[in-house]
Amino acid sequence: MHLKKNIATSESGFIFNPSTGDSYSANPIAAEILLQLKEGSPIASIKTKILEQYDVSAAQLEKDWDDFSNQLIAANLLDN
Amino acid sequence: MLENKPIYTIAVTGLNAIDSPGPGVAVIRALRDGLPKPLRIIGLSYETLEPGIYMHDLVDKTYQIPYPAAGTDNLLKRLQFINKKENIQLIIPNFDAELYGFIKLGPTLKSMGIATFLPTLEQFDARDKINLYQFGLKYGLTVPADKIIYSTQELYACAEAFGYPLVVKGKYYDAIIAYTMEQAEKAFYKLSAKWGMPIIVQQFITGTEINIAALGDGNGNAISIIPMRKLYITDKGKAWAGITLEDPALIDLAKTFMQATKWKGGCELEIMRTASGTPYIMEINPRFPAWIYLTAGAGQNQPAALAKMALGETIEPYTDYVVGKIFIRYSWDHITDVKEFQQISGFGEL
Repeated sequence: MHLKKNIATSESGFIFNPSTGDSYSANPIAAEILLQLKEGSPIASIKTKILEQYDVSAAQLEKDWDDFSNQLIAANLLDN
Repeated sequence: MLENKPIYTIAVTGLNAIDSPGPGVAVIRALRDGLPKPLRIIGLSYETLEPGIYMHDLVDKTYQIPYPAAGTDNLLKRLQFINKKENIQLIIPNFDAELYGFIKLGPTLKSMGIATFLPTLEQFDARDKINLYQFGLKYGLTVPADKIIYSTQELYACAEAFGYPLVVKGKYYDAIIAYTMEQAEKAFYKLSAKWGMPIIVQQFITGTEINIAALGDGNGNAISIIPMRKLYITDKGKAWAGITLEDPALIDLAKTFMQATKWKGGCELEIMRTASGTPYIMEINPRFPAWIYLTAGAGQNQPAALAKMALGETIEPYTDYVVGKIFIRYSWDHITDVKEFQQISGFGEL
């Protein structure tokens, strides 16, 4: 799961796709994940951090992660 | 006393900054941003309530000129009269309908010391919507299939070839999307009554609407290319807000167009990008679009670059621009006096 290189993100959760002109708002945790993806952090380490910081089970995290990935794919924000 | 003599005097048309705006006011703003001062701008208007006529911080003096239907002789006479008073160095026409006359008058204007920077008549005719499909085939550009028709009987063959919906287009302006034969026939009659024959029936393409403002030097080089996506569209289909995009495929498309046609001057490519990413050229407008000031905002001031080239400077193609630059148009009640309206109405100048 690689965010397209030209996608602009901000700490406030604003996402801008300069190829299409589309923009999106992410909630705080999604914004945090996107920033880490943009910095090139491995997915496993992002997930570990989330499990450490938030009261969430591994199973629930996987389910939510898949859902989030699908949203990013639908928004055309990931590399093929 | 020192005289504040203008460095350049440039005449501009298209001062109708209305809901379906002419590009003139945006062109003038860009010229004022990008050219040395003092700059004298002469407005050339057709109607007495074109807002630009009354915007004296942008337009120094306005003269009415005859409608294109009056012919090039009348236009030339009027321009000769204006030029005696103003000593114009460059004219930038901004309406499709007037371009034919200005292109035709180009050599005469040049002999009067007035530069223009316009496509040839061949280039102008080739990109006309009536010839667009053949134009695409000739230059290897992706354009929707179409048929030029003269009777409603021919609509059946169009429906057979393209399926529904059909896009029924007028010769000069307007397009109606028809989902049934009945709607297509109604559109045919409406558009032929308004704009005359022929009618263009085009394959319907769905996708994201993107516009590209481009400037060619006439030798096949694209001096500037700025792609923009409309963010807010009026009921007339005009962009009320838009954002600059970064997409190499769009830049390449515009470069291919410039190389193939050796286009001279400004133009706007209307693009529909399908879900699979194919950019279709839907229309080619042979002049700057009304949102042209965004090119100045994004770092490639196309009107100023055109003026410099027209006046003899060599301009290197731009390479960078700001992506994510947004324009938002707004309406503003400009207050003027009846004396001004009387002046332009009665004397044809203000």
